[in-house]
Amino acid sequence: MSFQLFIFYVFAIIMVFAAARVITVRNPVYAAMFLVLTFFTAAAIWMLLEAEFLAVTLVLVYVGAVMVLFLFVVMMLDINVEPLREGFVKYLPVGILVGSIMFLEMVFLLTQRYFPSENFPAPAAKPANYSNTEELGRLLYSDYLFHFEVAALILMVAIVAAIALTMRRRSDTKYQRPGLQVQVKKEDRLRVVSMDTESKS
Amino acid sequence: MIPLSHFLVLGAILFCLSVVGIFLNRKNVIILLMSIELMLLSVNMNFVTFSHFLDDGAGQIFVFFILTVAAAEAAIGLAILVVLFRNRQTINVADLNQLKG
Repeated sequence: MSFQLFIFYVFAIIMVFAAARVITVRNPVYAAMFLVLTFFTAAAIWMLLEAEFLAVTLVLVYVGAVMVLFLFVVMMLDINVEPLREGFVKYLPVGILVGSIMFLEMVFLLTQRYFPSENFPAPAAKPANYSNTEELGRLLYSDYLFHFEVAALILMVAIVAAIALTMRRRSDTKYQRPGLQVQVKKEDRLRVVSMDTESKS
Repeated sequence: MIPLSHFLVLGAILFCLSVVGIFLNRKNVIILLMSIELMLLSVNMNFVTFSHFLDDGAGQIFVFFILTVAAAEAAIGLAILVVLFRNRQTINVADLNQLKG
């Protein structure tokens, strides 16, 4: 067993364990933390696949942004976990049955029989000055430029939708009205009084 | 060297786990969203694997876009969840029957 294979097995075991805990753990906060662990090990496995940029992006974007958002929401909501757990034991046999049947079907297709190692040999090692980020950037800004712009638009729509959904106007909050503020004239605020000059006696 | 099928089977395990997660936690919207994230991760794993073994960068570009869409989906999903909790004080799927005729 090569060292790479050993590393792969270690990370794969951690990843499957963490993913299994995500769906079985009682507290949603722990579930989010185990999801973070899953994404971390996935990033390590992508490093083994020489997708360095995506591995770093997964940690930055997913662990750094999306999972923090999850944690914020989980901690902000005051959830009573007990009623959410009912049916867990009831659906456990069905879930395991469906999951294992799906898994067996996939394994039947995905192992050496249809994807033999001879047909998919490991690609030749890249030269030392090869940059995965440079290659991705070249593809992204030339061949996939339009798709990149569409992705930006999707993010824009997501921002607008998330803010529009969660923003609420309370009746007791005080707001400024910039239109009225700008319209104010000098005569509205300033009063010139004519009076006699005072002198020190 | 790690054969291709190892990565594919790992992706399959992840996908099946997330399907089982949807079965088990059908009352809890947060865990449902997390299961969907796991599913997307398993699909991304397959994309990265084939991108590596076929020496084609297009697979990694696809992962890039899937990550974008998944982030947008998570943001909107959680926003809906917050609004839901604000209005109903619950995130139990069984209590969400307002649209029932």
